[in-house]
Amino acid sequence: MDSYYKPEDLGKFAEIGEEAPELAEKFFDYYGAVFAEGELTAREKALIALGVAHAVQCPYCIDAYTQSCLEKGSNMAEMTEAVHVANAIRGGAALVHSVQMRKIADKLSM
Amino acid sequence: MTEVTDQIKPFEQVLKEQGITLVRDHTHILQVNTGLLCDLACKHCHIEAGPHRIEVMAQETMDDVVAFASRSRFKAIDITGGAPELVPGIVSFLRRLRPLTDKLILRSNLTALSDQQQDELLAVLAELKVVVVASFPSTSPSQTDAQRGKGVTDKSVAMLKRLNELGYGKEGSGLDLDLVANPAGAFLPPDQSAAERKFKSDAERKWGIVFNTLFSFANVPLGRFRSWLEKSGNLDGYLLKLASAFNPCAVDGVMCKSLVSVGWDGTLYDCDFNLAAGIPLAGQRRNVSELLEPPGAGEVIAVGDHCYACTAGSGFT
Repeated sequence: MDSYYKPEDLGKFAEIGEEAPELAEKFFDYYGAVFAEGELTAREKALIALGVAHAVQCPYCIDAYTQSCLEKGSNMAEMTEAVHVANAIRGGAALVHSVQMRKIADKLSM
Repeated sequence: MTEVTDQIKPFEQVLKEQGITLVRDHTHILQVNTGLLCDLACKHCHIEAGPHRIEVMAQETMDDVVAFASRSRFKAIDITGGAPELVPGIVSFLRRLRPLTDKLILRSNLTALSDQQQDELLAVLAELKVVVVASFPSTSPSQTDAQRGKGVTDKSVAMLKRLNELGYGKEGSGLDLDLVANPAGAFLPPDQSAAERKFKSDAERKWGIVFNTLFSFANVPLGRFRSWLEKSGNLDGYLLKLASAFNPCAVDGVMCKSLVSVGWDGTLYDCDFNLAAGIPLAGQRRNVSELLEPPGAGEVIAVGDHCYACTAGSGFT
């Protein structure tokens, strides 16, 4: 195996259903329902998914939701802002834990 | 043939396998391609129009088109190019066609209307209540300029504002302004109604522009767009994407069922994409002067693999 991630492997996602079809069916039904037009538009959901894809650093998801965002009419400026939102939360999640650091350090320090 | 394009069945074969016969309904739209001359050289252009092209409709061919329209009574006549605005005699052509149809449409790239010399044409468009269908791929300037050329967004926005000033796109004016958005790349277009909501909101918020309807169409892998797909390494992926998105229900609504297209030299086609592919009406080369009436219901429509672009997803109507 020369690479763990190959773009064409994304198309094999549904094969997970070969071993546990009922679980796969539940998952894919749920997945489809999540991304359907609702209170949020399908375009807005794709932008959220793109941000999350970056936060979890999933190459398959980044590929799929970059295409999905473009096909739902988002532009690069909007997509870039979505990635910054993910980045801000991810970075912020690290930084906000400094509260713990400061609390513990305060307790231990004179 | 590459490994990927090998996986794509010919369009004709897919129709057969699905039990679909693609034939004409009533032909009530006449599309007229007035030529390949254009002030822009957009990357997605299927007919490779541009400033270097010299092919434009001659006066005699315009006469033949007017005569054909007179004996046929089309519900709509759709003037396209290239840039029809740059074709000599276009104003008189529009005036002669106007009484022959309920709806006269001019497809504009907006920049070709911008020249001060086009003031007469703008006034005539409003006077004749010609529907203006303008290319405007994205409310993102970087996407629009990437597809159509540097600075095109600014010129297009200025012309849209001018059209609004004339009443175009305004409720109750009787002057329709529609936009056409083709994706700025190798991806499919968004759902039309969702895209229209976003375009209307963006256009109003960013520039104070209003319009009537947005048409969101897939790019057809012909001409300059096909060359770009090849050069950018996107051809296989795009062709596969179109073929995978084949929607049998979309075949019912394809425009070639109700439209006949005339090329700049008078040759007849089933649509503007067949014109670009060089596939004449029903596969037989004929001139507009030879046709006594529009092609009848049940007549065969010539197809090619580019037809996948009109049947992908919700289709191209």
